[in-house]
This record gives sequence, structure tokens and C-alpha cells, in this order.
Amino acid sequence: MSVSLKLKDLSEKEVLLSSGHRMCAGCGAAIVVKMVLLAIDKPVVVCSPTGCLEVTTCISDYTSWKTPWIHSAFENAAATMSGVETMYRALKKKGRIDKEITFVVFAGDGGTYDIGFQSLSGAMERGHDMLYVCYDNNAYMNTGIQRSSATPFGAATTTTPAGSAIPGKMQHRKNIAMIMAAHDIPYVAQAAPSHYKDLMRKIQKAAAVKGPKFLNILSPCNRGWRSRIDDAITLSRLAVETCTWPLFEIENGETTITYKPKKKKPVEDFLKPQGRFAHFNKPENEWLLKKIQQKVDREWDNLIRAESAKGFYN
Amino acid sequence: MKSRGIKELGAGPVITFPGNSLSVKTGSWRSSRPVSLKENCIDCLFCWLYCPDMAVNVAGGKMQGFNYDYCKGCGICALECPGKKGRKAIAMQEEEKI
Repeated sequence: MSVSLKLKDLSEKEVLLSSGHRMCAGCGAAIVVKMVLLAIDKPVVVCSPTGCLEVTTCISDYTSWKTPWIHSAFENAAATMSGVETMYRALKKKGRIDKEITFVVFAGDGGTYDIGFQSLSGAMERGHDMLYVCYDNNAYMNTGIQRSSATPFGAATTTTPAGSAIPGKMQHRKNIAMIMAAHDIPYVAQAAPSHYKDLMRKIQKAAAVKGPKFLNILSPCNRGWRSRIDDAITLSRLAVETCTWPLFEIENGETTITYKPKKKKPVEDFLKPQGRFAHFNKPENEWLLKKIQQKVDREWDNLIRAESAKGFYN
Repeated sequence: MKSRGIKELGAGPVITFPGNSLSVKTGSWRSSRPVSLKENCIDCLFCWLYCPDMAVNVAGGKMQGFNYDYCKGCGICALECPGKKGRKAIAMQEEEKI
């Protein structure tokens, strides 16, 4: 039996991340972690590689985690969790442990798309029973907003500053969910905190499946996105409504789009409130917007095609 | 003071008090604070759900105000509050003016 997703019932549950963490005011990652932990009702063991979440929840002698939590190096969170999960299976076989435990990795986009990619790919291929949650804030926010392969096209970061040489990052972002689906794992999904019921339902679905699971969750970052301090949820909603961040799940290779906006908003609505796209207003940069819109449309069409073909990529 | 031998030492960097970051009062970061206007509140609990600092007190499914020891004043709660008949149940107030 999974927990009810009514907010009244959820509010009775203890949040396993305590206050006093040093994440920035208005951070999206804290909201994502809170929602994920609320949705799971089994005991949880967490591992985080280096990243915003790790440096802010475990400073010196203080931890914000009320779950067993391991900090691993940047590149090997999935490998660390593989080891923990293997040990758990061994102990279970010997009869020294009988609890059902969910193993969760919380990694940022740097620890997932780039640096942690090889260990993630390996763990998925070996089929360890873990839930890998990537909170995707679109850059290396912890070290000062450097570009990552999750940074969207045209975004200004400290390593791709918009100026006379380049108008922001000149490459499109990786489609990590499809890369994970290509590993042929039982469950891959993409979610956003503004659609919390969808997010929590996906977490519950994933937690119930045996084997490797991957979730990519948008995590707005007001420092890195150069947006207002209070608009994490608003931006997340706009990302979904403009189809920049489509919500879908891929179960055993079959795509389902879990939320289709009634009217697709222009991608401009999502980009405008963010200072990292401020240079789009210059007349010589108009082509950037067109290019982003084309890319978003193409990916959305691909998704719809994949859904009707009961596959995941074409 | 007698120094501890190898057998008495713990296993590396381990924190044995879960959630002890509660002793760090991040409320001092705040420049403006959310104020609850209970007459407009419909207890939807969105403020509780979207608070990144777990600083909204809820008891029995009812919103009970804010924990100013930890609230960093981001204002997500005030922005997301649907309120009653278009009137919000959370207002942001500058700390200096309180």
C-alpha cells in the first residue's frame, strides 16, 4: 500500500529532510527532495554525490538527513549505491536483515549527465535495485554556474557568457531520459515539482518496481537562472506548459505522456523571466529563440509519435 | 586529557545525530518574512508543500503559521498561495518595517 497523495494526509508524515540546511532561499532542489522522500513509505537509504544538495545538507558536524545517508565522490554515486545494494542483498540472503529498503540516489545534473555518467550507465546495465533521482538545475550551480551538458541552448553561464563572441551556450542539452531508456531499464520518467501529484505518483510507481529506475526532475535555481527568488514553482509550471520540460514516463520501453498542456504556450513565456536568457531581447539574437522553439517542437512531436508507436524513440 | 586509542575511535567521518542541522537557525538570512492572514486561508497546504525549508507549521491538516527560526523568506509560499476569493492568505513584509 502506498501513501495517499492528499496533502492533508502527507502533512501528517515526517519530512525526512530537516530544516537548517543551507540551500539558498527559494531553492528548487530542496522541494524536489522533500517531495520524493514524502512519496516513499518504506525505509530509505540515500546517497548523494558532490553537488549543491550535498554541500548544503551536510556541513561539517551537521546533517539535515534523517535517513542513512552517504556522500560519495562526484563521479561514483551510482557505483556507491550499487555496493550498498549488493551488501543488502547479501545480508538478506544470510538472514541478517529482513527489512524492505528503497535505495535512492540524489544527484545533480553535473553528477548525472557529465561526471557521474559512466558509473550511472554501469549501475543501470548491471541492474541494481535503486532509484536514481537527478535534480536537474541546468548547470554546475554549486561551483558558480558553469555550463553542463544539461544547460539549454542559448543560456548564459559563467563559462559561456553571452557577449560579442558567443550569445550563450551554443550546444543543445542532452536528452538524458532517452539515453537511460536506451539502457532498457524498467522505469524512466521525467517530472517537475509544480506538478507534485504527477511527481509523487511516478516516485511511488518507481519504488514499487524491482530493478534500476531513473527519474529526471526539474529543479529551478534562482541564482543560476537569474530569476526572482520566489518563482521556482512558477518557472517549473511554465517549463511544463511550454513543453520545454515534457512530463512523461517510459515503462519497459513504452512511452506515456503524463501531462499534455491544453494549449502549448510559446517557449518565450518560460525564457522571459530568466536573466540567463536576457540577451535574447537584442535584435541580432532573434534567431536563438526560433531555434529553441524548433527544438522544443521537434522533441514534443517525437514524444507524441513515440507514445502512439508504443516505443520510446524515433 | 587522555587521548583515545584506535579501538575507541569511531569509523571515520560519521554523524550519529540524524537531522542535527536543526541547531542552525537559517532564519537570520531573511530580508522579508511571510505573514499569515488566517481569514483568507483555505488550508490547501500548498505553502507547506512548496516550502524548501520545512518552515510551515501544520497540525491536523490545518496551517498554523510559520517557523521563523528557519524561514529564509524566499516568498514561494506567498506567490503560490491561492487564497480565498482572490485575496491571498500570505503576505510578504520587509523585516525592517516590522
